[in-house]
Order: sequence, then C-alpha cells, then structure tokens
Amino acid sequence: MSDKALSASETASGLLKRAGRWQIWEIALWLIAIAMIFVLPSKMLILTEITILALFAVSLDLILGYAGIVSLGHTAFFGLGAYVAGIFARDYVSEPVTGLLVAGAVSGLFGFVTSFLVLRGSDLTRLMTTFGVAMLLAELANQAAWLTGGADGLSGVMITPILGLFEFDLWGRNGYIYALVVLMVLTFIARRIVNSPYGLSLKAIKRNPVRAAMLGISPTRRIVVVYTIAAVYAGIAGALLTQTTSFVSPDVLAFHRSADVLLVLVIGGTGYLYGGIFGAIIFTVLRDWLSVITPQYWMFWIGLILIIIVMVGRERITRWQAFLPGSARAERLKARKAAEDVR
Amino acid sequence: MTAALETRNLVKRFGGFTATNDVTLSVRQGARHALIGPNGAGKTTLINLLTGVLAPNSGQILLGGEEISRLPTHARVGRGLSRTFQINQLFGDFTPLDSMMLAIGERQGHGGMAWRPLSRDRAVADEAAALLKRFRLADAMGVATTLLPYGKQRLLEIALAIAAKPKVLLLDEPAAGVPEEERHEVLSLVRELPADVTVVLIEHDMDLVFSFADRISVLAQGALFAEGTVAEISKDPQVKAIYLGEDA
Repeated sequence: MSDKALSASETASGLLKRAGRWQIWEIALWLIAIAMIFVLPSKMLILTEITILALFAVSLDLILGYAGIVSLGHTAFFGLGAYVAGIFARDYVSEPVTGLLVAGAVSGLFGFVTSFLVLRGSDLTRLMTTFGVAMLLAELANQAAWLTGGADGLSGVMITPILGLFEFDLWGRNGYIYALVVLMVLTFIARRIVNSPYGLSLKAIKRNPVRAAMLGISPTRRIVVVYTIAAVYAGIAGALLTQTTSFVSPDVLAFHRSADVLLVLVIGGTGYLYGGIFGAIIFTVLRDWLSVITPQYWMFWIGLILIIIVMVGRERITRWQAFLPGSARAERLKARKAAEDVR
Repeated sequence: MTAALETRNLVKRFGGFTATNDVTLSVRQGARHALIGPNGAGKTTLINLLTGVLAPNSGQILLGGEEISRLPTHARVGRGLSRTFQINQLFGDFTPLDSMMLAIGERQGHGGMAWRPLSRDRAVADEAAALLKRFRLADAMGVATTLLPYGKQRLLEIALAIAAKPKVLLLDEPAAGVPEEERHEVLSLVRELPADVTVVLIEHDMDLVFSFADRISVLAQGALFAEGTVAEISKDPQVKAIYLGEDA
C-alpha cells in the first residue's frame, strides 16, 4: 500500500480528519438554501415549512439514526414546543428568539424526564411508550382549553420582530431566513456532536450494545443525553412553526406528525444527519405536488411511494448523495479496494 | 496474595436446570488459566456470570478482592475485567480505527465529550494507531470491519479487549473459526499478551490449552470437576474419560 511509508499514527490522524471534513454537497446544500431567498421569493412559506420539518426530522434522526431508538410519538416534543412558544408569546415575551429558547428548554426538560421510559425494552415497547406519551399530551392540550384554546387552537399569538429588529413580513421572507438560520445553527451543533467521542459511542450502542457494554460504555446516560437534545431540537422546531404562523393548532400533537417525520427519515435515510433535510424537501414537494394533481388521493401515492422505498431498499435509492465525489460512499469504495490489497 | 479473579459458591439456575453448580474458582495474578469442559458444561454461562450479562442465583464474584457480583457489565469493565467473544462482536461498518478510538476513548473517560472532534483527540488516536500496529491492523485501519478477512476481524476482537487495559482478560476461544493460515498470527498475539495481565482462556483446542496454560480447570455439568497444573490434568484418567476421551 502507498501509505506504508507513513507512520500508523499519521495515517490514523489523516483518516480521522477526513471523516469530519465538510463535504462539497453539504456546502452546496446550504448555499442553495440561502440562494432560495432570492431565487424563489414567492415560495417562502413552503420553504419555511420544509425547513421546520427538516429540523424536526434531524431531531428524530439523532435518536433513531444514531442511538437506534424508534419513536412513534416524537411530535410530543414538537407540539409541546409549539404550545410553549405560543403561550409564552401571548402571556409573557413576544420576542421570538427568547420564545425559541424557552420552548426548547421546556421541551428538553420533558424529553429528559421521558427518556427514562425508552431506556429499556424492545423496539415495540419503545414505539408504544413514545406513542402513549404523545397521546397523553394531545389529550391534555385538548382538555386544558383555558390554557391552550382546546380544539380551536391557540390564536392571538402576536410575535414581535426577531431580536426587536426583523419583522415577520407578509411574504414570509424573514420567517424563512429565521427558520433557516435556526436549522443551520442546530445542524452544525448536531454535526459537531455526532463527530465527537460521544457521537461515536452512540453509534456503537446502536450497532452492538453487547460489545459497547464490554468496552465500559454505560448506555443509560448516553441515551438520556441524546434523547434530551433531540427533544430540545423538536421543541424548537415546534416553536418555529408557532412563530412563523402566529397560531397553534391541536394538530401539532396529532399522530400523523409523528408518522410523517418518520416517513421523512425513511425517504431521506438515517444516520448521516442530512437524511432529515433531504427527506423533508422530497416529502413536502411530493405532497404538495400530489395534492394538486390528485387532491383526494394523494395519501394513496404517498403510501405507494413508502412501500416502494422500503421494498427497493432505502440504501439504493436515497443514498444518491453518497455517490458524489469525496462522499462517504466514495471513501467506502476506495476502502474496499484497500481491503482487497490487505487480503 | 489476593486472587485476580475469584468465584465463591457460584450458582446459576435456569428453571430446573442448574447451569452453574456451586463453582468456587480462584485465578492468581498473572496466571494463564484455562477453562475447559465438554459442550454444555457451563463455560459460557460462567463467562456470562463473570461479565455481568447474567446475574447469579447465589454466590459471589470477586475481582482483585473486590466483590463485583451485582455490578453491571460496564462497571466491571471499568474495574479491569475484559473479554473477547467466541463469535465476533464488532461494529459492522466501523473501521478498526473507529472501534479502537472508541475503546481507548472510553477507557480514558472521553466518551461523554460531545464537543471535541474525534480528530482532535490526538493522544487517543496515537494510542489507537500503536495498538492497531501491534495487532497487525495498521494497513487496514480505514477499512470497514465487515470487509476484513475473518482472521483480521478476530485480531480486532482481541485488540478491543486489550484496549480496555484489563487486569483480567477472558478469552473465549480466540482462534475459533480462524482459517489455518491466519491462525498462527492470532495465537502468537495471544502469547505475546503482557505477563501482568491475568488471562482466563476458554478453549476446545487441547494443543492450544496445553501449550498456553499454566493451570487448568475442568467444568462438567455446571460444576468444577477438576483443577490442576497442565501435567496433572493431562494425566487425570477421569478428565480423559469425560473430556479428552471424547475428543480423541
């Protein structure tokens, strides 16, 4: 092999640096998202919707793609964040960034408490527990009409300009910029986390819990932490929805949202952080397009696409970005060749 | 001198079946101790009890004199107990480098660091590289584990256990499934393990046991059947009858 001359530790350090490096497609994605502000000024609302769904999916990917925890109730955190942001803006401070932080904190606290329910048990137990938690919250929101507006939703949420400077305009331009900045910041943080020793340990717990324990890893704390972070993310996503629409509908806690975000990850792929973003784009555009051409049957097509994706294998059709140069896939192909050399 | 690893009257029952029957075992510091016995003798159950995968019904396990019977697996690892698995337990698409970064990072308590990029954990990376080199995995450190030949995977399996810097290492059939031509490499690395590491070897291959171990315990039907030096065990007619006889 060519790198025989290099010392093992130089090779190691080179490999580690490469693994954490920014990929061309990542940078391109963010540049395109920014360019959208100028390219598609008439589509700000749907772009905001995509951005919020993407953040929600990134949140689920942290627990599903990295820690291997399945959830059918992830919207509990999204909905909680949405309501907290709404109530906080109505009754206390109407400045959105403050509201975002408060919503994230409350949702994170709830995530921390409920994380202990997903520590043990099979995938099925986790599916049911998370589903149950979301149902509980949905019913609470419905009953506590004095606080949440009940079935009518929470209206009259006045949001003042962001940091007192940027007003939410009618075209949704500032709303999109605001949501995009939040998504970028939180994705960068998540990216840093998954490329850390802690992130590595999460991946290890997902891949082989038996061996992970035998390396001295206690899964409990690691899972509690990532579940809490994911809850903060989902809560912030929910708060973004409230702030960009000035309204909270009981729909934010509805089951279909938990299912949708799972679908987004199935479309986009899990465990590489951008699956939620690609998935959100494809899902929203597809839904929009289908609901225009077949307003009554679009669910049918979504269902069909879901089945095809699962049957054909997500790996093959959604890891398209992996074929781009410098990507993980290209690295793996190179590695496979190297493996043959070793043999 | 305190034994490196000790069990006292260890019992494990599954329903009406006693898989571990009153096992009292003592392994001295630095020993090369082999644990043998026919299939179904309870070797795997014993290992699972020692590592905390199973909880005993009664009895005690002591590591360096400290009782560990009720500790979870990861806490036992932290106290210096490590093992390899008879069937590789690796991290599929991780590279050997990833796996080693994980193992060494965890030993140094870096596993909770969520803000430091792996590439900046230089001390861990250097140690990982050195260990990979020692285990003849340096050339393959960037290759996904599943793509490695089985012998190399076996080396990684052992290297991961060593990365935890154990005081006591349980080797569960280290050469199992390794093709003949790669076998020598695995066994020579097992022989090169530092002398201060206490090794308990669970093995079927009698040639390996006799060449490697200084003491042998024989398990049969969940109970300790005989214990002694290699010379004593290899001459014991009863051991031959229940175990060696069958094997020959």
